Amino acid sequence: MLSRTAAELYWLSRYLERAENTARMLDVAWNMSLIPFSVTARDELSTPLEISGAKELYAERYGTLQVHNVLHFFTFDQDNPGSIYNSLRVARENAHAVRGKITSEMWESINTTWIELQEMSSAGLLSIGVSTFFDWVKQRSHLFRGAAYGTIMRNDAFRFLRIGTFIERADNTARILGGREHVDVTPGSTAVEFYRWNALLRSVGAFEAYREIYSDSLQYDHIVELLILRAEVPRSLRSCVEMLCELLPTIEGNAGLNAKRQAAVLFARLQYGDIHHIMDVGVNEYLNDFLRRINELADTLRREYLEVV
Amino acid sequence: MFPAKLPGNGIFDEMLLADGRVREHYAAYWDWLNKRPPEEMERKRREAELLFHRVGITFAVYGESRGTERLIPFDCLPRVIPATEWAWLEKGIRQRVQAMNLFLHDIYHDQNIIKAGRVPAEQIFRNAHYQPCMQDVSLPNDVYAHISGVDLIRDDKGDWYVLEDNLRTPSGVSYMIENRRMMMRLFPELFSGNRVEPVDHYPSLLLETLQQGSHVSHPNVVLLTPGRYNSAYFEHAFLAQQMGIELVEGPDLFVKDSHVYMRTTAGPQRVDVIYRRIDDDYLDPLAFRQDSMLGVPGLLSVYRDGNVSIANAIGTGVADDKSVYPFVPEMIRFYLDEEPLLKNVPTWSCRNEPDLGYVLEHLSELVVKEVHGAGGYGMLVGPLSSREQIAHFRERLIARPDNYIAQPTLSLSTCPIFTETGITPRHIDLRPFVLSGREIRMVPGGLTRVAMQEGSLVVNSSQGGGTKDTWVLEAPSC
Repeated sequence: MLSRTAAELYWLSRYLERAENTARMLDVAWNMSLIPFSVTARDELSTPLEISGAKELYAERYGTLQVHNVLHFFTFDQDNPGSIYNSLRVARENAHAVRGKITSEMWESINTTWIELQEMSSAGLLSIGVSTFFDWVKQRSHLFRGAAYGTIMRNDAFRFLRIGTFIERADNTARILGGREHVDVTPGSTAVEFYRWNALLRSVGAFEAYREIYSDSLQYDHIVELLILRAEVPRSLRSCVEMLCELLPTIEGNAGLNAKRQAAVLFARLQYGDIHHIMDVGVNEYLNDFLRRINELADTLRREYLEVV
Repeated sequence: MFPAKLPGNGIFDEMLLADGRVREHYAAYWDWLNKRPPEEMERKRREAELLFHRVGITFAVYGESRGTERLIPFDCLPRVIPATEWAWLEKGIRQRVQAMNLFLHDIYHDQNIIKAGRVPAEQIFRNAHYQPCMQDVSLPNDVYAHISGVDLIRDDKGDWYVLEDNLRTPSGVSYMIENRRMMMRLFPELFSGNRVEPVDHYPSLLLETLQQGSHVSHPNVVLLTPGRYNSAYFEHAFLAQQMGIELVEGPDLFVKDSHVYMRTTAGPQRVDVIYRRIDDDYLDPLAFRQDSMLGVPGLLSVYRDGNVSIANAIGTGVADDKSVYPFVPEMIRFYLDEEPLLKNVPTWSCRNEPDLGYVLEHLSELVVKEVHGAGGYGMLVGPLSSREQIAHFRERLIARPDNYIAQPTLSLSTCPIFTETGITPRHIDLRPFVLSGREIRMVPGGLTRVAMQEGSLVVNSSQGGGTKDTWVLEAPSC
């Protein structure tokens, strides 16, 4: 497959996944800010800014933390490269560039998303409803993935789409879990803390999984284990890296030696990882190390497959 | 009965006779139409628009903000050409394209036509599209224009004329195919009741033609596009997908050891044939425009070594230039020893003093075009222009007469379209696509372009023109 085509497919799914994750993350912030006794609402608002590294850009554009400004910044703000608007725009542009390589169902799905997004953007977030909009983003992402699974040939196009999804998802899960340095890490200690961790689990769609696996009240080390090490949870770091390890060797040709090795090493660390070890090292240290490794892998992918010189 | 308006002014209408009766080859369609409820056509029109939009069959508009996309208006009343008439047209088009390929081979080799004094040397050697680098380069089958789009129009008597020959990178064939698919989706019953010649096999004919352009036995064919912001990007992606070949941009290709390779996830892969949708000037920054980011450095030298085929060949523009156009009938006589079947539109070359004088005196009656222009940009339609527009154009013409040609304003035939006020006539042309490989092949019909504004003669999509499905129709055998 043409390297540029692979890159467009890879970024198409990365940006779509990023839009979905931004929606998930903001949904938490929005719900938390609605809780009247939430004295730490301000923290919840700043968390998405911390996680996406957009704190300075936000301060420059809006100054103080206001819930509606933060929401606008992450949804329809065309000057924020990390807004959902821009993520979906870039995803659609990438799809446009490779529309001959994706099925018409996939193209129509992402193109319709873009057309509807523009209508929503001019209608404004409040008239649509904040949660309604986030649900819409998630559903459009699901729909595209479903169209892809259901219609595209199992070839390198499919594989690079999936690789993009899992790189981005692993990065996002690690950031969502790691962006909690300043937070009290005893989930059950106060009602606010309960809601906060509850919302975090819901944002990565893992609340039911937690209940089912642990049948216990929320505990920090369980949450960490769930989102890093558990194979059953589709957004856990382990699941994402496992998929990468499955996908990379099936790409046609013999390129990508370093990428395959890095993915395998990373997977071994997760597959044979131990929650006690993670707690000893410190969750944030562990996650920072993971982020460094996953981004190194992304960089290797770029050099070995996507931007071959 | 649907009320159908006549164009008036003695203009030839494809569907209606001057007395308002429907022409024979439209009889079956007209019968069918009059059995439909009147509101159905409006519903179908909206359905078509929705489908085209959702599928993203759009084109980008130059001069508007980046990434602006528009739909080309589609009208669902077909343009019908009787099969016998098409057979004659096809013969005329083949004759023309064959002569032009011979002409291209000649001027890049022995230049017999110039030596014989049939075409003035300066018309060729001072032409901006003449490429000296092509001298004595031999090409498979001696074919230069593998793909051409010959624009045809009809005058008030219904006589056919060639308006221009597009031998560089003619576009629009994707609309020909998509229009047919749309019609079959909207009105399947029409196609079981009428013997309409199919057009859907065009991409496989195109692929065969491109493969025949190479000496390699199983050549790797790619389509080179300027990228997603090009006005015809939809078509590039569409054709690449339909042919199952890679759609590449300049930076995807590179030259090494006198061969062209593309960058793939499995390493470099040889490229044997490039179907390019980029002008000569941008193909190779080492040979042509140095600022081009669209091309492939070193491509020309590989091409001259015969290690890659390019369709259309470099330098074909010299034959479809509007200042060379008046000589095409002469080419047919010279190379084929035949009389041209299709007529040329009378043309004044403003580079000639007497012609310029005539043109300046008759600006309000003439159509004046830039010699190298395309897409309906930079032209004057005298009868439809204001005094100021004409005065303004006169200055440009006097400043650079050799940049312009003029032609009489032909009435252009009309074909009815559906509008809110009923069925009304609009001016049309026809662009059949001609494939030249080991032999010349065509799919029946082509793209019918429609000037959607009442009275307008400009059919270019960049100027708001629309399209119609074009039927070559076998007479019912009874």
